[in-house]
Amino acid sequence: MKRFFHSELDTLKSHLMLMGEKAGDAVKKSVQSLSDKEVELADAVIDGDDEIDALEIAIDQEATRYLTLRSPVASDLRLLTVAIKASHDLERVGDEARNIAKRARKLLLKSGLSGDIYHIPQMDLLAREMLRMALQAFLHEDPEKAYAVLDKDEEVDQSNRENVKAFIKEAKTDPNEIKRCLDLIFISKSLERIADHATNLAEEVIFLTTGKETRHNLEV
Amino acid sequence: MNTEESTATSDPNLDPPCDPEDALIEIKDFNFFYGTAQALYDLNFDIPEKKVTAFIGPSGCGKSTLLRSINRMNDLIDGAHHQGDIIINGHSVFDPLTEVISLRKRIGMVFQKSNPFPKSIYENVIYGLRVSGRNKKGELDQVVMESLKGAALWDEVKDRLHESALGLSGGQMQRLCIARAIANKPEVILMDEPCSALDPIATGKIEELIHELKNQFTIVIVTHNMQQAARVSDNTAFFYLGKLIEYSTTENIFFNPKQAQTEAYITGRFG
Repeated sequence: MKRFFHSELDTLKSHLMLMGEKAGDAVKKSVQSLSDKEVELADAVIDGDDEIDALEIAIDQEATRYLTLRSPVASDLRLLTVAIKASHDLERVGDEARNIAKRARKLLLKSGLSGDIYHIPQMDLLAREMLRMALQAFLHEDPEKAYAVLDKDEEVDQSNRENVKAFIKEAKTDPNEIKRCLDLIFISKSLERIADHATNLAEEVIFLTTGKETRHNLEV
Repeated sequence: MNTEESTATSDPNLDPPCDPEDALIEIKDFNFFYGTAQALYDLNFDIPEKKVTAFIGPSGCGKSTLLRSINRMNDLIDGAHHQGDIIINGHSVFDPLTEVISLRKRIGMVFQKSNPFPKSIYENVIYGLRVSGRNKKGELDQVVMESLKGAALWDEVKDRLHESALGLSGGQMQRLCIARAIANKPEVILMDEPCSALDPIATGKIEELIHELKNQFTIVIVTHNMQQAARVSDNTAFFYLGKLIEYSTTENIFFNPKQAQTEAYITGRFG
């Protein structure tokens, strides 16, 4: 028997998917502003972050209301706890995209951005792919897809380490490049954090669908 | 917490959930007595039209007494009397000109224990119409179908309308009683613990029905089941020792109650 309030969970899920799409789009535009040297794209990401923040609040309120009024248990209860945590992760993805956009904007306006950006475009692609897979795993309640996200995180971490090495080397070679290199290191770190948030989301999906805890390398 | 000490708390209508223009039922300065024992104290609040309003509170708090005052069921109790007024759609239920039988058609009631008459399903539904002298078969057939559909029972009984109502399950009997109430097209349906004798599936069906019925009727429900109050009602009134302690939207009552006693009761810290 489907109860009248079960549709509220569908609404909650659709809001979470929308938030994920907006956050992923913000990441794409923020890196694109850097690689295509388009300040307007960076501005759009900075301005659009409020929408992602508003969705986080809406999702939290919807989940809290459901917890208050509908006495959820089992998978419904897990969905709500996951939704609250996932909305926070996606909000952080939006914040990291805004941070990338702010640094990209600064780099473009100050120096016009010359030089290599190393693995940043690949990290962008991989982090967004992880985010997309985690959201699909959430939508279809697919733990296999969620586990696949966890396997990709090391690849992003490795790219970040290589970026850091390369930018430090450049900065040592030419101290005039220290500020540029630092900004690019922070951008690389933001992408690495975005992949971490996608990993968190995937771990939350594994918990939602199987009840198993995989955070902090625990499998309970 | 010591609930006795904090009984006389502040205004229960701090955040009234009913605009005066939406009120169907107005409870005004209402006091109720069983002989010399006062059961309700100075109740003042409005119940909105086409919403579900839940009365909650511990046993003996007066919630059923108030519910039964709305359709004057308490008239049947020796020594019971009241002060103040209950006004429905602009008319006092206690007006000397109010005819009690017609009042109870306008205000249907569903009890804790389902109470179908030992008659057929069909005759149960149209009992009120028969009493009013309405006997046209075509009209009665239509009312039976509409009422049973309205009570989400039609599909289960349409092929055995003339069999005894006493052969139905507990949940079906309760829905039949709801069909019997809505056959009279009441303005208000009062429900006194309508699910307390039912299993979770039958309870779920009644809760679904309540959600549907509020599109057409104003519903007041007394329940000890706080999860049920949270699930089905739009507004909730919490009573203690005959006083209205807090009245607000159900979301406010269960998420952020303003009164310490409400908080204590709904979190199980009472007493």
